[in-house]
Amino acid sequence: MTTTLSLDRRAFLKTGAVAGTGLLIGFHLPAFASSAEEQEKKNANPLNAWVHITPDNRVSLILGKSEMGQGIMTALPMILAEELSLDWTKVTVEQAPTNPAIYEHGTGGSGSVAGSWLPLRRAGAAAREMLISAAAARWNVNRDTCVAKDGGILHGARKSFLTYGELAEEAAKLPLPDFNTVPLKNSDDFTIVGHDKRRYEGSAKATGKAKFGLDSRIPGMQYAVIARCPIFGGKVKSFDAAKAKALHGVRDVLAIDAVGQGAFTAGGVAVLADNSWAAIEGRKALEITWDEGPHAAESSAWLRQQFLDNAAKPGKVIRNDGDADGAIAGATKKVEATYEFPFAAHATMEPMNCTVHIRPDGAEAWVPTQAPQWAQDIIVGISGLPREKVIVNTTLMGGGFGRRYMGDFVMEAAQLAKATGKPVQVLWTREDDMQHDFYRPASYHKLSGAIDAQGGLAAWKHFQTSTSIDAMWSKDGESHAENSEFATALFIPYATPNYRVEYTLAKSGVPRAWWRSVEHSSSGFIVECFVDELAAAAGTDPLEFRLKLIGGDRKIPDFTNPKEGKPLDTARLKNVLKLAAENGGWGKPLPKGIGRGIAAYFSFDSYTACVSEVSVKDGAVKVHRLSYAVDCGRPINPDGIRQQVESAAVYGLSASLHDAITIKNGRVEQGNFNTYQMPKIADTPKTEVHIVMSKEEPTGIGEPGLPVVTASVCNAIYALTKKRIRRLPIQKEDLA
Amino acid sequence: MAITFTLNGKSQTVEVDPQMPLLWVLRDTLNLTGTKFGCGMALCGACTVHINGEATRSCITPISAVAGKKITTIEGLSADGSHAVQQAWMEEDVPQCGYCQSGQIMSAVALLSKKPKPTDADIDDFMQGNICRCGTYQRIRKAIHRAADLQAGKGKSA
Repeated sequence: MTTTLSLDRRAFLKTGAVAGTGLLIGFHLPAFASSAEEQEKKNANPLNAWVHITPDNRVSLILGKSEMGQGIMTALPMILAEELSLDWTKVTVEQAPTNPAIYEHGTGGSGSVAGSWLPLRRAGAAAREMLISAAAARWNVNRDTCVAKDGGILHGARKSFLTYGELAEEAAKLPLPDFNTVPLKNSDDFTIVGHDKRRYEGSAKATGKAKFGLDSRIPGMQYAVIARCPIFGGKVKSFDAAKAKALHGVRDVLAIDAVGQGAFTAGGVAVLADNSWAAIEGRKALEITWDEGPHAAESSAWLRQQFLDNAAKPGKVIRNDGDADGAIAGATKKVEATYEFPFAAHATMEPMNCTVHIRPDGAEAWVPTQAPQWAQDIIVGISGLPREKVIVNTTLMGGGFGRRYMGDFVMEAAQLAKATGKPVQVLWTREDDMQHDFYRPASYHKLSGAIDAQGGLAAWKHFQTSTSIDAMWSKDGESHAENSEFATALFIPYATPNYRVEYTLAKSGVPRAWWRSVEHSSSGFIVECFVDELAAAAGTDPLEFRLKLIGGDRKIPDFTNPKEGKPLDTARLKNVLKLAAENGGWGKPLPKGIGRGIAAYFSFDSYTACVSEVSVKDGAVKVHRLSYAVDCGRPINPDGIRQQVESAAVYGLSASLHDAITIKNGRVEQGNFNTYQMPKIADTPKTEVHIVMSKEEPTGIGEPGLPVVTASVCNAIYALTKKRIRRLPIQKEDLA
Repeated sequence: MAITFTLNGKSQTVEVDPQMPLLWVLRDTLNLTGTKFGCGMALCGACTVHINGEATRSCITPISAVAGKKITTIEGLSADGSHAVQQAWMEEDVPQCGYCQSGQIMSAVALLSKKPKPTDADIDDFMQGNICRCGTYQRIRKAIHRAADLQAGKGKSA
């Protein structure tokens, strides 16, 4: 069996830590590092690595990924349970310890199911085959007469049954089957995969028993709140802690250094106290003079001027087919438009936090992280302890969305734990979280396109200038835009002989990182709104126009990674477009005052389409209904997929209607949910999700629901009002 | 200063700064971590508890204000998750990350105690102060209706 496990590069963000005066973290960001072959190297006895069976027949499945709400604590065990023929109601799930030899700990890029599907099936199947062999030996029968069923091995003719618990010890001593040839279950026989399962930890989350990072309570623990320079790149010049130390409950005040490339911490002054509130109050009492650093003059207005200046000049050519400029110049039907996106904050409900205890003989940490391996690296680096003495417990996370891939909050807690020798919980307040995030990049795009005499796409030109994620990580501060700024905008499904893409990096001191759906959040919006503009210029229905331009069934290679990236399959894209249109009532009459819009997009190897219904009243947009069709390959837990799409829809609505981080005097102007608004229950449209019951390999679904919602909503606004929305969040004046 | 109140049906006395918000007394002094910190300004509802039956944001409620009062937290709703609202939450599979859900559930219970058969508009109005970044709102709405049915079926509201 051959396969390409197209894990996103974020899942393979490798780190290496070196202890010294500070900490150096080296990054390697291979574009698409994973392959089935690489997974083969990690074969470990599945009865140790993936399945724990006790002699009294308790079965635990081991989770090598982090649960942040995306349902991985349910979906991955479902795959194992299927191959092992377990009774799903009796399965328990445990978080894997950090062990890079066995687990790919990084959780991101909507890649967990896609990357784990085959390895977990093979591990489950290998364990099953070993258990069958153990039973056959016990009974002294041919193993072909034994089958795995309901958590045990059955010999039908003898009517004998042994539970896995009764066989586990013998099975664990048997040789490992060859993972390449171990027989996998026929998918027609699946009873767990493809069937709705309730969230494994749902009951814990409905009773308050679920433990998040901030719920860690370690004997002797101190609570720490850190005053960080509000200006990015600023540092502590001097401080007076006398008033803070005088407060009841405050134990200590310590300065910590900023750690640069990799950790990207701000440093600052930490107040350690007996409880969170005393630490928060203690911080208010600090008197700090800041060295404002090199970015004190940065503002959103300054950044926008930089965007405009950059857009006035050609950028670096990223893709160039034919002669887009010539075709546009000679066309009679052409469109030009600019699109703008602000910085956006993740705003996870659980603010950043980390609990670390560094003792002379070992360390333990409780971390809500998408990257526990990196957390371990950081604590190894700060403590100087050998890796095997550093235990990282991955807790549940109150949201991740990419923010918890970073290591900054771990670094701060490790520094304080090292300095005090006590368990320390670093708590970020909401304002800390909002003002020291790693934001979705701000960007500015200039699109030009032309329609030919037959109504086809004569040319497509896309210029982008942005603050770039890639530039944060590259040594020279440059952006490799083809890797991180365009994604599917580099290989749109709309066929054209003249296709040009250019890019110019904009400088900024504002930290950037992966925000739910990353560059797709802007690329999907732009491609799907601009094609809508072209449809209007062509005088064609937006759905018909898309289907015409997509044309016949073909596979469009991933422009950045044609060899290993999965191609865009136009048949699957057209299928979701048609399904969403059908379910969303495309072309059917609407009540007065309601507009309908459509969008379809390929991201994280999955296909999504959405039809939106909106109204506009007094400068406010109301989204009434979203009708989605999604094809993410074989669905593992269909209801989990529905949840993720419902969630991405609201996250996308947040970006459409609210999300904007603005900068003034080098600092973020927003602080809490009064200035950075969230959609509320009343803003939530009726959302329907149609899942394609595909037999293709499973692909991502945590993020792909997002890009199409903003685009389809803005296209619906156009259908209703003839106003084009070209900047997010939607501004009242753009509707007038 | 010693402050005494009733917490989940039992008398509780704490010796803390009277200005300390109830949220931190619950979480840090009493290690009852089911009630969550989200904003510290009564903007997100993650810290919602009941004080004398009223849904209240514990993050801005000083402990001195609850002396002699009855407080219910998510831990006190039921011993085993059997409360109708919790049951409905599990049946509709509402939680995703789950961090806001204690607060959502405490608000929903308070709503149902006032309006055993709420309309969508009632739900929108009462639940507007509870933010969910995972966007589980559609399921929250369904779960509240389901809980209303469950409670009606039992013949009394919990």
